[in-house]
Amino acid sequence: MTVESGAATTAAPAPDQPAPDAPDQAGEFIQLLTPEGERIDHPGYPLALSAADIRSLYRDLVLVRRIDTVAISLQRQGELGIWASLLGQEAAQIGSGRALSARDMAFPTYREHGVAWCRGIDPVKLLELYRGVSHGGWAPEEHKFHLYTIVIGAQTLHATGYAMGIQRDGAVGGDEAEAVIVYFGDGATSQGDVNEAFVWASVFNAPVVFFCQNNQWAISEPLEKQSRIPLYQRARGFGFPGLRVDGNDVLACYAVTQKAMQAAREGQGPTLIEAFTYRMGAHTTTDDPTRYRLASELEVWKHKDPIERVRAYLVRGGLAEPEFFAGVDEEANQAGARVREACRTMPDPLPLTIFDHVYAEPTAIVRTERQQYAAYLASFDEEAGR
Amino acid sequence: MTNLTLARALNEGLRKALENDPKVLIMGEDVGKLGGVFRITDGLQKDFGEARVIDTPLAESGIVGTAIGLALRGYRPVCEIQFDGFVFPAVDQIVSQLAKMRYRSRGQVSLPAVIRIPCGGGIGAVEHHSESPEVLFAHTAGLRVVACADPADAFTMIQQSVSSDDPVIFFEPKRRYWDKGEVATAAGVAGALPLGRANVALEGTDVTLLGYGPLVRTCLESAVAAREDGRRVEVIDLRSLSPLDVDTICASVRKTGRCVVAHEAPVYAGLGAEIAARVTERCFYHLEAPVLRVGGFGTPYPPSRLEEHYLPDLDRILDAVDRAFGY
Repeated sequence: MTVESGAATTAAPAPDQPAPDAPDQAGEFIQLLTPEGERIDHPGYPLALSAADIRSLYRDLVLVRRIDTVAISLQRQGELGIWASLLGQEAAQIGSGRALSARDMAFPTYREHGVAWCRGIDPVKLLELYRGVSHGGWAPEEHKFHLYTIVIGAQTLHATGYAMGIQRDGAVGGDEAEAVIVYFGDGATSQGDVNEAFVWASVFNAPVVFFCQNNQWAISEPLEKQSRIPLYQRARGFGFPGLRVDGNDVLACYAVTQKAMQAAREGQGPTLIEAFTYRMGAHTTTDDPTRYRLASELEVWKHKDPIERVRAYLVRGGLAEPEFFAGVDEEANQAGARVREACRTMPDPLPLTIFDHVYAEPTAIVRTERQQYAAYLASFDEEAGR
Repeated sequence: MTNLTLARALNEGLRKALENDPKVLIMGEDVGKLGGVFRITDGLQKDFGEARVIDTPLAESGIVGTAIGLALRGYRPVCEIQFDGFVFPAVDQIVSQLAKMRYRSRGQVSLPAVIRIPCGGGIGAVEHHSESPEVLFAHTAGLRVVACADPADAFTMIQQSVSSDDPVIFFEPKRRYWDKGEVATAAGVAGALPLGRANVALEGTDVTLLGYGPLVRTCLESAVAAREDGRRVEVIDLRSLSPLDVDTICASVRKTGRCVVAHEAPVYAGLGAEIAARVTERCFYHLEAPVLRVGGFGTPYPPSRLEEHYLPDLDRILDAVDRAFGY
């Protein structure tokens, strides 16, 4: 009963508003590739990608979905403690991630596996975190991809501060200009930190793009529990532009991100992008969406799949041969197998690494506890007669 | 040597830090034109510009969160939290982000940020302006927590904190801001005691009295008064609350056989509890009496007309010293 009523409020748009994902001329929903794979133009977002570019985007979409699928299986098999699936959000992540320059900095949540892919992070590194082997552990500056942030919305302030650093480094404007993109979800928009980040970015005109993947659900809570207005409209109150893009359209996500990042690099300040998408899977592998949403909602979104529309476009336009698709599938098989094997054979960290990197130099307390615990562990070896 | 108030010594220390490293930034509410509500940053924006001395929007989590971002970019931000009781909106950023980033990144990220917090009571203020939340931060691995007690230390410790590659929570005893003392402003920090070390502020032989921040002066005054009873009190200014300089504390207690800890924060689960446990563990056979604690009550901070009852003063500290001789 509660499921039905919750779903009913989700499904029905407010009477005075158009359906939230209906393309319109007011820029309320930017779409360049329909769910059927039809390419449409938008005057504000001319996009000149070659067939090779689009094939490359397709490849990324397929590969990150495969890795995600493998990770879910690994969790079911006990190899991962938990996994936060990106299923359904591939286009939002690959489109925005591929729109970044090598100099741009990205701040993710814990679900940005597609963006991580675009930034050259080995997926095995992501699995480390979900297996409990590390808390992250890649070099953020090397990849221009910050560590996953688990506390909801906290990274929006880090991104904004980083963007203020870019300003102070004189890296706004010009050929070497940089900007920041920060990812968060619809639930995060209720966090104080996100709203504070909007305030800071606005008053300091910081070169940061706020990329909100509105996947409609914050674990079990539908968007209506977070907002009475479309999320992108929040930006207006903070004094910077906001827009809504079809989050399942990789071309549109690419185009709007590229434009917003360029504006930020040129000193025009922040933009809020609301990528309207859907979390096709559970919040994480511990979640059970059947308790709070209807299967029919999922069915509707299946028809808007981010990968199928690109495939349809490539096929219909004769832009890719069957061999290309077979090749990508084979590559996905190999990537999946590699990730699976790397996860299963991933060693546990050594016990005494608990004490590493708490401070720049270990304090007396850390040093002493480390020594004591090492001696304690060694005592078992002695008991066993070694 | 220059005779400066503690507030001015902090100001001079921050000025030196800004001069010595172009990556040092100051940020907080009212730190610019106004120079901060306590004038600690007085004149710094005028001399170093708005890009380096930043008047921020009024949100503490935002201050610390953006400071983290600036530190990720290679800056050394010094944040001012206007009053102790206003740090709590920033606690998530401090505890979950600032303290843990080095660990999370397996040493690949440093966050050299300083969070300055005027702390403690005794100024007749309204609620939330007189608190001593140091233990929350001392209990958080990854943070260094320090408290200055006099102008000379204020000048050097703030500079050492800015230079630290670890995040530092820097407590300033607000009721001592106007205390004066000699400061070696020309000498810099070269000869100063390392940041993590306690200082034997007054040598004695009969009992070790430990204090930090605003109570160091009270402890020293108590020691002078105790001489009338023929007791020679050794006063140690802890300076660093995390990590604790346990070696200096224990060396003193082994000598005196008695230990009293004083702080404004509630006694229950306060820093005194940690010190008592460590001293007992390491100096058990030297102790003539249990380690005693004197501090705030297990109550919220009271209305200011009652704060003289809440805050440990000379008499309450002497009472604890007396009790230490009653075993």
